[in-house]
Amino acid sequence: MSDAPEVFASVGSMFAFDRFARALDDWAAAHPATRVLVQIGSGTYEPTHAAFVRMMPPALYQRRIAEARLFVAHAGMGSIIAAIQAGKPLLMMPRRYDLGEHTTDHQFATLAKFAGRDGLHSAASAAELHIKIDALLADGGVAPAPIAPFAAPEFTDRIRAFIHGSEG
Amino acid sequence: MATRRVRVLAVASGGGHWVQLLRLRPAWAGCDVAYATVHPDAAAQVPGARFFSFKDASRKNKASFAIVALQLFRAVATVRPDVIVTTGSAPALLAIVFGRLFGARTLWIDSIANSEVMSSSGLRARKLAHQCLTQWPELAGDPVPEYWGAVL
Repeated sequence: MSDAPEVFASVGSMFAFDRFARALDDWAAAHPATRVLVQIGSGTYEPTHAAFVRMMPPALYQRRIAEARLFVAHAGMGSIIAAIQAGKPLLMMPRRYDLGEHTTDHQFATLAKFAGRDGLHSAASAAELHIKIDALLADGGVAPAPIAPFAAPEFTDRIRAFIHGSEG
Repeated sequence: MATRRVRVLAVASGGGHWVQLLRLRPAWAGCDVAYATVHPDAAAQVPGARFFSFKDASRKNKASFAIVALQLFRAVATVRPDVIVTTGSAPALLAIVFGRLFGARTLWIDSIANSEVMSSSGLRARKLAHQCLTQWPELAGDPVPEYWGAVL
């Protein structure tokens, strides 16, 4: 039997997100039988019920996502793309500008565009996050549709033309 | 006369910016590419390419910008790229400016996270970069930013 975390949660790689780390730790406190790992970045809140790590190399990060039953993260594009590439359900909580969690409120815009696609879920608050973790562990629903490792050739070909000086 | 390969410096901050840049790799296949990003661990994802790392900086920690500027200047001065491609964020504007000093052509691709408005860095890049792209067709402008596609 694997001892890999069943719930892997990540604040992404740039800023702290203590409200998120605390929400996961509170959930872990109420579910001691579930292995939870939170990647907290530069946050000051250190989980005591969930395991935590500050940063990890990309290969390990991808393995944690692949091995988890549920991936939980801030609403960042890195997390979204990683979840889609791994075919793993993702539950996202957006960072709030008014709480100093990001430089703008663009994570709400990201959710407006991406939440609701296959396997991509959102929670606006810690309370909603707890409810949705329970629900998604009980029934993970539809996984994100698999995608190619690279952007569409129509896009990269045009960048290629720019690189070689034939597209302005 | 032997023709030398086009030199590309591909620049991105950490997290989603870097992940988006990696999805664009076919665009510079066959070129002499070097990468610059925040996390030194990311070098393992681009084996065989020259790799530079720079300090994480954002509008939240302006003091680090001087250090980032030095690191990116060094990367640009070392590589002497023909072309710079970046998916942001703010520090990449410095790479664009330095690249222009050395005669590079520069391409800014605003993050797909900026789905309702361009990032503030992307707005600046409209004037600084040779070409500026959005990944959302509804944000395309006249003449910039242009929409050529998206990483997803």
